[in-house]
Amino acid sequence: MAKLVKETEHPLFKKSSKLRTERFGKGLTFAAVLLTALLTAAIFFLVISKGLSTFFVNGGSVKEFFTGSTWNPGQKHEGGSPIIGALPFLTGSLAVTGLSALICTPLAIGAALFMSEISPKAGRKVMQPVIELLVGIPSVVYGFIGLSVVVPLLRDHVTGSGFGIAAGTIVLSVMILPTVTSLALDAIQAVPRSLREASLALGSTRWQMIYKVILKTAKPGLLMAVIFGMARAFGEALAVQMVIGNASVIPHSLFEPASTLTSILTMGMGYTVLGTAENNALWTLALILLLMSLAFTIAVRWIGRGKPQ
Amino acid sequence: MRQAAAEHILTPAIRTEDFRFYYGSHEALKGITLSVEQNEITALIGPSGCGKSTFLRSLNRMNDLIPDTRTAGEIWIGGKDITKPAEDTVALRKQVGMVFQHASPFPFSIYDNVAYGPRIHGKVRKAELDELVESCLQSAALWDEVKDTLNKPAGSLSGGQQQRLMIARALATKPDILLMDEPTSALDPISGAKIERLIQSLKTQFTIVLVTHNMQQAARISDRTAFFLNGEVKETGRTEMIFNSPVYEETKDYISGKFG
Repeated sequence: MAKLVKETEHPLFKKSSKLRTERFGKGLTFAAVLLTALLTAAIFFLVISKGLSTFFVNGGSVKEFFTGSTWNPGQKHEGGSPIIGALPFLTGSLAVTGLSALICTPLAIGAALFMSEISPKAGRKVMQPVIELLVGIPSVVYGFIGLSVVVPLLRDHVTGSGFGIAAGTIVLSVMILPTVTSLALDAIQAVPRSLREASLALGSTRWQMIYKVILKTAKPGLLMAVIFGMARAFGEALAVQMVIGNASVIPHSLFEPASTLTSILTMGMGYTVLGTAENNALWTLALILLLMSLAFTIAVRWIGRGKPQ
Repeated sequence: MRQAAAEHILTPAIRTEDFRFYYGSHEALKGITLSVEQNEITALIGPSGCGKSTFLRSLNRMNDLIPDTRTAGEIWIGGKDITKPAEDTVALRKQVGMVFQHASPFPFSIYDNVAYGPRIHGKVRKAELDELVESCLQSAALWDEVKDTLNKPAGSLSGGQQQRLMIARALATKPDILLMDEPTSALDPISGAKIERLIQSLKTQFTIVLVTHNMQQAARISDRTAFFLNGEVKETGRTEMIFNSPVYEETKDYISGKFG
């Protein structure tokens, strides 16, 4: 039998210094993850607890929140519950988001197809840098341009004061266009070259290849691009607030002043005191925004997981 | 019928006349003059980079997709010089089908993969399509394996099945000529042997040009062989002649595996 070496003497049992750095690194990254997770949890907790207190502490009605059209949380109904009809902002937010996605999607997919299929050279050299530049422009600049160009244009050539859902939609469409285009481009470029060749070898025209193979194959990615754009549009505050007019009424026309969840939130938060019903009502709006962004994220994940071929 | 067949023997399915191909300034094909006979399997063999795939892809103008290339000389298919820029590539590719090395099924169902070609060429009647899809799958020896799962994604088939599906898909546009670019090199020997048998059975209806790295495959299934070397056709003739009594030393060395 081999002679037993005492545990502490054998070099394999010695603690190496590398092991220590390894553990240190592990601890450091774990701490970072923990901090991020804690922060997220704290934010969720704060927004949820504050947002729900409108209903549980101040006695607001959930039904009224989603269906009522008068927003005046500082005042109370006869029964003592705050007046919290958020329907105008909900419809405003959904309208600008949906409409801007509707305008943006064909433009973005068209631009992405041009860059990938029609003129890859010009796409790479000219369009890509332009789009990256557009993504980087702060939203307040888009809002400012909207205020100085879009609003007067609508006022002079269409109808009304120029402020309203139409102006918000136009500004948002332009704002999310680069993001959606760039994501759509990724999705289209991910379609394997072999599928393009297979289609052309069967005698398809380039256009048939694009709409029968490329768009079909890239569909989950394209859907993801649009949802990302919608998430951005839904959460955008500044640019929209500058051009939408901020009237808390249910809009009957695209050219009348309206408001969104974000615009009411940014307008109101400076004028309320923490803990009051008025303040809590704003937290409820924040909660809706949070839940919507969560829904967008889940939708993207769900589509991104994709179905196996 | 008899008379038509006799005529076929007289006119080659493909005839190239001093065909040259350039990638930028590099001359990849240096004057190919070659005839491919009707209803025969012509194997193109040769070491990597000899130009055989470039030549194959010139026959249905797939090289058009590569920027900065040009051609000289003529390729005659069906009474037309298909190298002319004005030539209709859609009609050409419908007539000259292609099967690639790697199966590339569209992410659609088995049925929709086969129906893709007929549909883009305007065939939409369900009954007509059903019949065509069935006959093509039958010709590709795949029908019995997939007839109950036509709506399943094509990607769920095995590699060998996918390659037979690719052949069925190519047959569905009713081509006269089938180009095959190493159709079995990505497959296991058993699936490969199935494809080989299939290719042999197809030559009664189609003219087949087959690029292969597999010398035994060329010897087993082709009627004629063209040996490519450095962008030229070094030697061409009946397959048994090329393999049994090659004229040139290089041909002999290549088919005996001295270089590849």
